[in-house]
Amino acid sequence: MTLLAAAANESLAEISNKLIYASMAVYTLAFFAHITEWVFGSRSKVGRTAAALTGSGAGARGAAPAVQVRGAGATAVLDKPQVPDKPQVVTRSAAGTRDVPDGPGAAGGTEKGDLYGRIAISLTVLAFLIEAAGVVARALSVQRAPWGNMYEFSITFSTVAVGAYLALLALKKNVRWLGLILVTTVLLDLGIAVTWLYTESDQLVPALHSYWLWIHVSTAIFCGAVFYIGAAGAVLYLFRDSYEAKLASGGKPGRFATSVMERLPSAGSLDKFSYRINAAVFPLWTFTIIAGAIWAGDAWGRYWGWDPKEVWSFVTWVAYACYLHARATAGWKGRKAAYLALFAFACWIWNYYGVNILLSGKHSYAGV
Amino acid sequence: MSTTDKAPAEAPQQSEDAAEPALGAAGAQLSTAPVEDAPTGAAAGFGVIGWARWFWRQLTSMRVALILLFLLSLGAIPGSLIPQTSVDAMKVAEWQRTHEFWVPLAEKLQLFDVYTSFWFSAIYILLFVSLIGCIVPRTWQFVGQLRGRPPAAPKRLDRLPAHTTWRTDTSPDEVLAHATTLLGRRRFRTEGGTGHVAAEKGYLRETGNLVFHLALIVMLVAFAWGKLYTSEGGKLVLRGSGFSNTLTQYDDFKSGSLFTPDDLPPFSFTLDRFDATYEKTGPQKGTPRDFKAYVTLSKGAHGAPQKAEIEVNKPLEVDGAKVYLLGHGYAPVISVTDPTGKVIFRNAVPMLPQDSNLTSAGAIKVTDGYRNKNGEKEQLGFSAQFVPTFAGKGGGTMLSQFPAADLPVIALNAYHGSLGVDSGLPQNVYQLDTRKMQQFTKENGDPFAQMLEPKETMTLPDGAGTVTFEGIERWATFSVTRQPGSGLALAGAIAAIAGLAGSLFIQRRRIWVRAVAGKDGVTVVEMAGLGRSESARLPQELADLAAVLHERAPSAPHPVEAQAEAEEEQGERG
Ligand code: HEM
Repeated sequence: MTLLAAAANESLAEISNKLIYASMAVYTLAFFAHITEWVFGSRSKVGRTAAALTGSGAGARGAAPAVQVRGAGATAVLDKPQVPDKPQVVTRSAAGTRDVPDGPGAAGGTEKGDLYGRIAISLTVLAFLIEAAGVVARALSVQRAPWGNMYEFSITFSTVAVGAYLALLALKKNVRWLGLILVTTVLLDLGIAVTWLYTESDQLVPALHSYWLWIHVSTAIFCGAVFYIGAAGAVLYLFRDSYEAKLASGGKPGRFATSVMERLPSAGSLDKFSYRINAAVFPLWTFTIIAGAIWAGDAWGRYWGWDPKEVWSFVTWVAYACYLHARATAGWKGRKAAYLALFAFACWIWNYYGVNILLSGKHSYAGV
Repeated sequence: MSTTDKAPAEAPQQSEDAAEPALGAAGAQLSTAPVEDAPTGAAAGFGVIGWARWFWRQLTSMRVALILLFLLSLGAIPGSLIPQTSVDAMKVAEWQRTHEFWVPLAEKLQLFDVYTSFWFSAIYILLFVSLIGCIVPRTWQFVGQLRGRPPAAPKRLDRLPAHTTWRTDTSPDEVLAHATTLLGRRRFRTEGGTGHVAAEKGYLRETGNLVFHLALIVMLVAFAWGKLYTSEGGKLVLRGSGFSNTLTQYDDFKSGSLFTPDDLPPFSFTLDRFDATYEKTGPQKGTPRDFKAYVTLSKGAHGAPQKAEIEVNKPLEVDGAKVYLLGHGYAPVISVTDPTGKVIFRNAVPMLPQDSNLTSAGAIKVTDGYRNKNGEKEQLGFSAQFVPTFAGKGGGTMLSQFPAADLPVIALNAYHGSLGVDSGLPQNVYQLDTRKMQQFTKENGDPFAQMLEPKETMTLPDGAGTVTFEGIERWATFSVTRQPGSGLALAGAIAAIAGLAGSLFIQRRRIWVRAVAGKDGVTVVEMAGLGRSESARLPQELADLAAVLHERAPSAPHPVEAQAEAEEEQGERG
């Protein structure tokens, strides 16, 4: 009986591996589709950003504080046909912020680019489903939560990151610009996982036998994946911000930079995106650390003992708290805050790869 | 209205305000974030008190809080890179041996005790002083805001981040009455003014923020309390033996500075059984899978015995103390006879595990009752190596192949003389002090040593007696900890998360509705919203409200004319 079960588990593990490789193949196709999208997009002449920041824009700004009428939710309500003369909501940006429209996205408004972008997203959905199936098969093969070692952690991590991205897309948020970066890093993450971190599927050491594994580790993975999306936003913000600053001061960015940058959302939008993501996950990260402390209290007899993993979770937490404070402090908004967000995310990544591999502590995983 | 009096001074300081300074009172007091002072010290000439005040203002400013937070995160880093005494003293010694050059500097900077070092403490104490100095005034300010009313509408509603307007035949009073009911129903706090209604909502944001910061203080107090009264003791218990919770029973014991032995709750338990299972095959062969200790527990001094189990992640809780299962190992049962054949020693002797397959080492010390062949009093000592699964004859080394007791073997080196246990110095029970002992030798002069399987007996040279490996007992180590304040820390943590969620997900915002009769007798309705930060939700909410109000006060006819007029007005203003 047990032999039969073991064989079944082994074949499930085998299936899981095949699915992960298959998802990598599909992600690669999605990667090329995104590249094609960017290439076609580069042929369109957008130039909106430059127009907004230079020439007529600069002069007009002082006189008529760029009043924009934005549709989005506002008009959706007010478009009710039975209202004869509907009140229009007019929104204004805060003083001192650049009033720049978002770029049109990678496709640059070209039909072909858009087609390839859609193909890329369809492929990403497919790859996501395959990868998620791979994670589930792995879980079934070991008959426990698939988070016992770094390999399992990595495959779950990228699945969740892609899932979060697709969920944002499904909620009609403007995140398509993230596609290429995300698919690239997911491929990187999976590549590292299958080449260096691979561990045969197996049971857990007793210290990991706890329902806190489900709670603590799942939220840790989720926070990391979403923090990653926030960090990607912060990096793009930094690039786009220097691009806008250069334009505003009359400089002329290179052709490649212009082509890429003007298709991204405005610095203001990217900054807000990154902030919202990070702020939304911060309470969950706080919870993750507290859940870890409770588990440590049960497993090791103390809830906080400055084990390297605990230290770095704390550092990450304080760094994000620092970032949130920076956003509320006049002189620290913008670029400085973005650097803090990146520092905080670097701490998270180090806590995952660096601490697990280079520092020894109580958080030892079975086979890395 | 009193709370808005000092508003103009504060309005420009509004950190993430979407409003312009021109909004004055209307945009003020949307939060209680501290005012940012200019960094230049205007304190010169104010004397000591002036400086102290300046210092205090600096310390409780957001900028300094930010810097302290950043320093705290940087300061925590070295402790993860350099071994810490509190975590692993052995590793510290090892590190010091390999990094001799750095040791004096590291010791000066207390790098082996980062989290209790003067500089780390200084950072977090400053941070928490800053926090308290920040929280108290913010709380008062917030209480003031709660007692105050939403500020009156600014003159120019069209300057606000979200604005809408239309003309209606409904009279201004009616419009405002509808607006008041509508906003009230949406749980806005409303305040009527001349020709307008002011409304505000989302006070929970500030409450959440204050709760979060207060919770941090609660957690810190809980940690400190726990540190002062904590106690932690370790005890090795053989299967079949017991432990009662008094200070003298512990093998090792640590406690906080305010702990007294009376704090130990009275209880006792006997270890009835210990089970361990291991991975039998595959690449992770030998990895432990399950540990379980079965005990009989008596609570209090004379409690009724009851059965209980202790597992790695499931400590046993007794009256505020927690009993953890830490480690386990083997205790070979050894009996020794003297030259006359009388059994003078029979004990299970715990051996200390050396590796994950439980290769173990220890010492068997026969302190009393032995007389040698000549009738002289002597002591016997055996240094022992024990492997639960022997590699097999010819496998040679005494390295265990598997952690379970599948093929147990013990190797003994036999000594006689004085064990030195009466010298008064503390002795390691797992090591033999052979300075005053001689090793038994074989006839050819080689040291006498032998391997035994269970039930095997070895005879000491010259008829000095026999040693029998009778069987195997198990032992488990337990750690008994008491950490008062962990309940409080948990409560603080939960409050912190709740407060944080409130502070990050709730928006504080204001809505104004103005309705005045125009020259032509048609009412002009204006609605505007202001939030603490630009958010897509505010225009959405304003649009919602406008749509509902618009149903009550539908647009007047002649839209074309009205539109033109509105545009004209817009143009004039711009
Ligand atoms: C242990 C250190 C601290 C931690 C972990 C911490 C954490 C946080 C977090 C996560 C927020 C985010 C809430 C938001 O963005 O609205 C926040 C907000 C805030 N904190 Fe702290 N904080 C600490 C110390 C302080 C200190 C010392 C001050 C006083 C200067 C302070 C003043 C504030 C204020 C005024 C806000 C609200 C900012 C706003 O209204 O947007 N905090 N804090």
